[in-house]
Amino acid sequence: MWDYTDKVLDHFYNPRNMGEIKDANGIGEVGSIACGDMLKLFIKVDEKGIITDAKFKTFGCGSAIASASALTEMIIGKTIEDAKKVTNEQIAEYLGGLPRAKMHCSVLGHEALEAAIRDYEGDKTGVQPEEEEGKIVCKCFGITDAKIKRVALENNLRTVEDVTNFTKAGGACGSCIPEIEDILYELWKDEPAPKEKIATARIEKPKMTNLQKINMIQETIEREIRPQLKKDGGDIEIIDIEGNTVKVAFRGHCTGCMSSQITLKHFIEAKLREFVSPEIEVVEIKQT
Amino acid sequence: MEKETSKRIVYVDNNATTSIASEVRDAMMPYFNDKYANPSSMHTFGGCLSKDIEAAREKVARIIGASTQEIVFTSCGTESDNAAIFGTLSSYPDRKHVITTRIEHPAVLICGEYLQRHGYDVTFLSVDSYGRIDPEELTKSMRKDTVLVSIMWANNEVGNIYPIEELGRIVKSFDSVFHVDAVQAAGKIPINLKNSSVDLLSLSGHKLHAPKGVGVLYIKRGTRFRPYIMGGHQERGRRAGTENVPYIVGLGVACELAMKNINDENTRVKSMRDYLEKRILDEIPSAYLNGDPINRLPNTTNISFEFIEGEAILLMLDRAGICASSGSACTSGSLEPSHVLRAMGVPFTRAHGSIRFSLSRYNTMDEMDYILEHLKPAVKRLREMSPGVESFAK
Repeated sequence: MWDYTDKVLDHFYNPRNMGEIKDANGIGEVGSIACGDMLKLFIKVDEKGIITDAKFKTFGCGSAIASASALTEMIIGKTIEDAKKVTNEQIAEYLGGLPRAKMHCSVLGHEALEAAIRDYEGDKTGVQPEEEEGKIVCKCFGITDAKIKRVALENNLRTVEDVTNFTKAGGACGSCIPEIEDILYELWKDEPAPKEKIATARIEKPKMTNLQKINMIQETIEREIRPQLKKDGGDIEIIDIEGNTVKVAFRGHCTGCMSSQITLKHFIEAKLREFVSPEIEVVEIKQT
Repeated sequence: MEKETSKRIVYVDNNATTSIASEVRDAMMPYFNDKYANPSSMHTFGGCLSKDIEAAREKVARIIGASTQEIVFTSCGTESDNAAIFGTLSSYPDRKHVITTRIEHPAVLICGEYLQRHGYDVTFLSVDSYGRIDPEELTKSMRKDTVLVSIMWANNEVGNIYPIEELGRIVKSFDSVFHVDAVQAAGKIPINLKNSSVDLLSLSGHKLHAPKGVGVLYIKRGTRFRPYIMGGHQERGRRAGTENVPYIVGLGVACELAMKNINDENTRVKSMRDYLEKRILDEIPSAYLNGDPINRLPNTTNISFEFIEGEAILLMLDRAGICASSGSACTSGSLEPSHVLRAMGVPFTRAHGSIRFSLSRYNTMDEMDYILEHLKPAVKRLREMSPGVESFAK
């Protein structure tokens, strides 16, 4: 059973802005019955370019309905230019997170918004640019390479599983999986994997207080780091902790060691990121 | 609409699993703290337990008209299916053709797909729009090197019952082994394997009010079979592993109860299902029955609600404590709707909106009314949310 947040369930059981706008000046219709997800978004934009009303109709599951409801709440009152900046990740965040395998519902919401804005701006073809540009990679769900690249870039997707979670591509017969792998490889070959984004966390971990963070840093250094350094005759001392920056000074054989920088980043910083917070940065304070 | 918390549970998902009968639970209890020894032990404390196992074995044999030597206890229906398939194939290593159907449970289907990738030719028989198998297609598919045919007795999703005797005669005329997955059929419809064409049969405890974690493989006397789980000599060398005594005892009692209640299942339970189904089809527009309306299990009804999606329907029902399941893509674990509905050619507009209600002897008529009371507004609400029919026609 999907682990939905209370907010997702609320938007499902009590959807906001469900319906149609008779005199809408932008309509976006995306998805298909074959896929099991379809969303029709109506927007009303005034002469100043502000979205004064938005309504939706959805054929889809709990996540699809909740995503559409959340989206309308997010865009009402925004200018078209600001609405263009809304991302699918923001939709998921607004709902307190969606199960990873349901992220494609937030992507659908984003696509409906883009389609509605395009419609408002005069493009009446109803065809998404990437449908024209790209070639179909996933035949089962009709997903183009252009779409896979765009969603992967926007959401920092590194695995085929995630591409499936966000676009459905590869989720049926699976014959396009090698091609998805190739696309991902081409996309990311020059960039290392960045820090993990926590946008789709289903349960928000309570934030640590400063005191708790400092204590945890100290504990981790005592437990994981200092014993290892001491084995090689070295040591480390915490000079100060400011926010996420831990200032340390090397002691013993570590001072003047050629590998101290490697130790700093790949051992000390890595350990603190693992046990305390992925945002920790370690800086050496050289003391004369 | 406000979110109401509902403590009442109306459980109509019995094809997924069933509650454990209180008689079954009571029969199992002594085996946890008091009679816990290993039945293979030399001391009487352990050794006497083998008698309890044999007593359970007899009860199981009776529900399918078999003799006790033909009953092997396993951990579940899936293991029985796997054992039947691989235990047969390894007994006839030169024959490389297997026949099964497109509507089997994944426990058989996935084995079939595995075999295709490992040197076997596998034929998947098709079904018509009612989910029925054509015996002619089976006859035409049989070959000299067909080693095994595996066809389920009853389908878990739509409830169809298959003409096992007729199909079995075809199989045996070609001298192949006939395996039947009877996981959904056992306890719901009478099964008598005496003088039948069935060589191997799978059965699962948790579909008949026994606990999850125990199953049965029936191996007809004289059938060639290599053990799938190897090790000790339990189950006459056909399935190794220390016997799960409490669960086996529980299964025995469950089978006894099922036999006693089989008439009730086919009368009272059937009439509740018929009542629920008729009211849904009469009172909710654009609702369609999936499956064979005639030859089917007495407890199952699978209905598609056009223009809306299954998971959303289930979430609405869930708020009222009603437990059912769906064939929609969102609930399938993959991204595709149920393979059974697809094999039947059910259009996507309906496959995504299908709901299965599967009853048991513990359901009551007023629960059926309760379901209608909550299902009707749920469907209405979701249809209000759905893009118009024109959008669907595209």
